[in-house]
Amino acid sequence: MRYHVDEHGYYGAYGGAYIPEMLYPNIAQLQADYKTILQDAEFQQEFQQLLADYVGRPTPLYFAQRLSEQYNTRIYLKREDLCHTGAHKVNNTVGQILLAKHLGKKRIIAETGAGQHGVATATVCALMGIECVVYMGAIDIERQAPNVARMKMLGATVVSATSGSKTLKDATNEAIRDWINHPEDTHYIIGSVVGPHPYPDLVARLQSVISEEIKNQLTQKEGRDYPDYVVACVGGGSNAAGAYYHYLDRPEVGIIAVEAAGKGIHSGESAATSALGTPGIIHGSKTLLMQTSDGQITEPYSISAGLDYPGVGPMHAHLFTSGRGEFISVTDDHAMTAGRNLSRLEGIIPAIETSHALAVFEQREFLPEEVVVVNLSGRGDKDLNTYIKYFNL
Amino acid sequence: MNRIDTRFNSKKKIVSIYLTAGYPNLEDTVNIIQKLEQGGADMIEIGLPFSDPLADGPTIQESSTQALQNGMTTQVLFEQLKHIRETVSIPLLLMGYFNPILQYGVERFCEQCALVGIDGLIIPDLPLREYKQHYEEVFQKHGLHMIFLITPQTSEARIRDMDEASNGFLYVVSSASTTGKTTGFSAAQQAYLQRVSSLQLRNRLLVGFGIHDAETFQTATKHTHGAIIGSAFINHLKTEGRKGIASFLQKLRGAS
Repeated sequence: MRYHVDEHGYYGAYGGAYIPEMLYPNIAQLQADYKTILQDAEFQQEFQQLLADYVGRPTPLYFAQRLSEQYNTRIYLKREDLCHTGAHKVNNTVGQILLAKHLGKKRIIAETGAGQHGVATATVCALMGIECVVYMGAIDIERQAPNVARMKMLGATVVSATSGSKTLKDATNEAIRDWINHPEDTHYIIGSVVGPHPYPDLVARLQSVISEEIKNQLTQKEGRDYPDYVVACVGGGSNAAGAYYHYLDRPEVGIIAVEAAGKGIHSGESAATSALGTPGIIHGSKTLLMQTSDGQITEPYSISAGLDYPGVGPMHAHLFTSGRGEFISVTDDHAMTAGRNLSRLEGIIPAIETSHALAVFEQREFLPEEVVVVNLSGRGDKDLNTYIKYFNL
Repeated sequence: MNRIDTRFNSKKKIVSIYLTAGYPNLEDTVNIIQKLEQGGADMIEIGLPFSDPLADGPTIQESSTQALQNGMTTQVLFEQLKHIRETVSIPLLLMGYFNPILQYGVERFCEQCALVGIDGLIIPDLPLREYKQHYEEVFQKHGLHMIFLITPQTSEARIRDMDEASNGFLYVVSSASTTGKTTGFSAAQQAYLQRVSSLQLRNRLLVGFGIHDAETFQTATKHTHGAIIGSAFINHLKTEGRKGIASFLQKLRGAS
């Protein structure tokens, strides 16, 4: 069984490029050139330099002593929350802005849900002096005001997506429509391992720096380059794809994906795609998604705006279906409690997305000698309002 | 012979009208189709509404959302069309995004199409490669013409591939845009239409996207076999309902 993408853009039965013809030239160009560009020496030199000096990589792999004692196992946290802009998202946007320059594009578009990817895109556009337009659902604009202000501060134009349910799924639709209307000068920086081939693989490769560093860091700390388990939260799945990447073909490493159960898997307010989804097509990719029996895409719910997506990247759909990945889901309540627990034990306030991954220790036991790496994908500053409301702080 | 081919053999400057099934009201579909035929439309594309229509502008998006709220589904549409061939003889196509068709079951979908008298399918997000590998055979088995789209950015080699895979006609997207643009046709667009018509393709050409009045219809059909009107007709339904469909068609054809 192979877990990386094949030459037609599929992970097992999932992936492909189900796009209208209007997008074909751009997608075909990316398909033909992305690997060559990513492997280009000049690209790599600039990318690595920016990751080191601008993003602040490598991020620490921190042995969480007190958390490990609480759960009687060996827990490491991969500190993506210490990246510039506060989350792993910037690894991808730094890479894609260099790719866009390589392709001679003059304008960048992006979609954003919670605003993290929007901020990371606006940041690299400011850095490179390139025009930036970010699509964001009207409802998300209201509930994520600080990130909207950050994007504007960085010089980006934030466009309200008012179609459909007015959240991430619709922001993505609007970004794709913008690209259809501006095929020549614009590059679309997708924020997760979703969308038509080659995006899932492109974003996974750019995020794979996470597991590459984990390998080096574990070698120094544990004398071997792999953990027993890698744990990450999955919305679309970009931080997870990066954390799993170099371990996909290493059966000695358990892969655990944590999805958002919202108010409970069967509450009607959930975003647990592997449990509730069926195969279908969303945003140009065949994957698991939440839909009606008539094939209409339904609106997910999670307290975390970053996990609030009705699909999952095709890589993850394949990890789930093939049994390579262990998928669990965590409710709002369990995630919030796990977030507070980490804050109090380790002095790290995690993003609510990440809090879902941390809740794994309440749902599942690990042996005392097992090494568990949790990808700490983002910091919790953006979520303070939600934490304040939830805990009456 | 497929009704689409018959129509092209007997008529020039085809007017093909797009409507969203179940819009403005759930039960309007059949009546609007009848009125379109009576008013002189040559062909009809019945749009299967989808929650996430990527290639469509605001007008068709809104009509799709409304139709879904009205209760339109693939099964409801086939029920509505059950007796359509007792009253309507012009070619009927279904146009929809691939996911609802996939969920309905592609084979079952084709069987139902054949049963109610559908002549062709337009599925903008079903790629050529997947179509040829998995679906061409079943579409053809049920006598359904598959229509592919080409755009100003489509290379000549790919246009020829699309022409080879299509039956009935090629859907020529007039500009790099989503549906519903209301600016006129530029010189570059006209040159593009002329270039495509000079390629000696095996299929006829129908131009779509941005055709909304007599002037754009005339320009679009100068070098091609006809045009597809979608958003402009949906706008008509939005403001006038089912009234004035014949005069909408008359105005569109203009002096010709």
